[in-house]
Amino acid sequence: MNPGLHYLDSAATSQKPRAVLDAIVNFYETSNANPHRGAYDLSVKATDAYHGARDRIARFFGVSDPATLIFTRGTTEAINLVASSWGGANVAEGDEIVVTGMEHHANFVPWQQLAIANRARLRICELEPDGTVKIERLAELVTKRTRIIAFSHVSNALGTINPVREIAAIARGAGAISVCDGAQSAPHLAVDFDDLGVDFYAFSGHKMLGPMGIGGLIGRRALLEGMPPYQTGGDMIEFVNDEDTTWNVLPHKFEAGTPNAANAVGLAAAVDYLAAIGMDEVRRHERALIESAMTRLSAIDDLHIYGPGAAQRSGVVSFTLGDVHPHDLATILDGAGVCIRAGHHCAQPLMRRLNVPATARASFYVYNDESDIDALVAGIMTAKALFGPAHV
Amino acid sequence: MSENAANIQAMYQELILDHYRRPRNKGELEGEHTTVAMKNPLCGDEVYLHLSLEGDRVNGISFTGRGCSISQAAASMITQAVKGKTSDEAEALGARYREMIMGDADAAQDKSLGQLRALSGVSKFPARVKCALLAWNALEEGLK
Repeated sequence: MNPGLHYLDSAATSQKPRAVLDAIVNFYETSNANPHRGAYDLSVKATDAYHGARDRIARFFGVSDPATLIFTRGTTEAINLVASSWGGANVAEGDEIVVTGMEHHANFVPWQQLAIANRARLRICELEPDGTVKIERLAELVTKRTRIIAFSHVSNALGTINPVREIAAIARGAGAISVCDGAQSAPHLAVDFDDLGVDFYAFSGHKMLGPMGIGGLIGRRALLEGMPPYQTGGDMIEFVNDEDTTWNVLPHKFEAGTPNAANAVGLAAAVDYLAAIGMDEVRRHERALIESAMTRLSAIDDLHIYGPGAAQRSGVVSFTLGDVHPHDLATILDGAGVCIRAGHHCAQPLMRRLNVPATARASFYVYNDESDIDALVAGIMTAKALFGPAHV
Repeated sequence: MSENAANIQAMYQELILDHYRRPRNKGELEGEHTTVAMKNPLCGDEVYLHLSLEGDRVNGISFTGRGCSISQAAASMITQAVKGKTSDEAEALGARYREMIMGDADAAQDKSLGQLRALSGVSKFPARVKCALLAWNALEEGLK
């Protein structure tokens, strides 16, 4: 649709394949009714489409019990659900919540606010100079008051892949729950929820070829069943008496109101698309691009790359270029048809730790190839020529 | 050269890069003054405008902060342009400047804007308009 466009901002949102758009249109054309409501055939079709989508997405994430996959608007809502529901009921005064210094605001602010509201303490695991989490450093922060360890599987700003299983094991050993922000891993890495060992995993559909406004929370059944509802209203109830209400079973207890069935169907088409490519192949393709991009970018004078090497990095290269502000760089690259992100990447605590106000970020996905890196490098050279040698 | 590339060259003029790298009136202001902070949360640009009036006249003006070339060059050029002006004159200039940044072709030719006309190219880049207006928004607040 946009010839000459080099889209390198998939960490913000991915482009969508035709199969996803078709699935959404097809739902509205053939199955549109309110799920769980009607006694008529069309509503049954809508209900089947919605739950069929849940089953397919659960399978993609290695979830054997699809009722433990709760649809949400995305990662942000999924994390807020856990913070509000589990956190609200289980975090007491003096308790501790551990996060890392690389978190997206969506996996930082909900915990910070929970800590403020419940008089708990937020503890932040500082990063190593290469933008990774040292497991021993994290373990040192964990005490018998730790109730929650929340961390990203993959950093949106640095691309760092974190050791999920090790962190989950630390949480388990301390009697804390682990909450994994999977917004940047679900699109790029093979994720098997049971194998990861975390208690909660949150993801967004729109970053993994799916539509905006749909994502999910995967959780352990025992935890989900013990949690109070996040929102109340239609669909999530069992009996509504005048004085009180009993709750519906999973997953409905956490899905108040008319569900986003069409986008759930769209997301199911997206995971089918990814499964057909194979997540190992997705990773192989991206890793080759990352290695090439890092090699070519690091050869440019005054260009500084943040974060770890390609082996411990998924889809993202964050960098600065001399005294050219990332915002200027993004404008100049846009002139060459190259879309990158410039700014704090919704990770201001991380930017403070890197001691930069902003970085430029190029992120890759299944549809990118070497020609995108060619355009990126050429655009950076244009910026260098325009700004001239850096003045100190 | 594509139209886009030409627009970019037009925006990043020598004069703008010069003000970005050698900002005028950058630093704290001595004596009694008011400070207005303006931030663009999206990209992290920050301008702190320091202002002192003598009667109705802009007596002292400076800025601190950090950000992209457009936000910092605009702050530098704006502080130069309004120094010594009455607040009415400064506001009139600000209104004209705003028109230019929003794409008004007449304003872009208006000699009263002086050096500030170098920033007229920003109007071609909607995503950057906020950068060019940050310092003016701060000044407007400070003159109230």
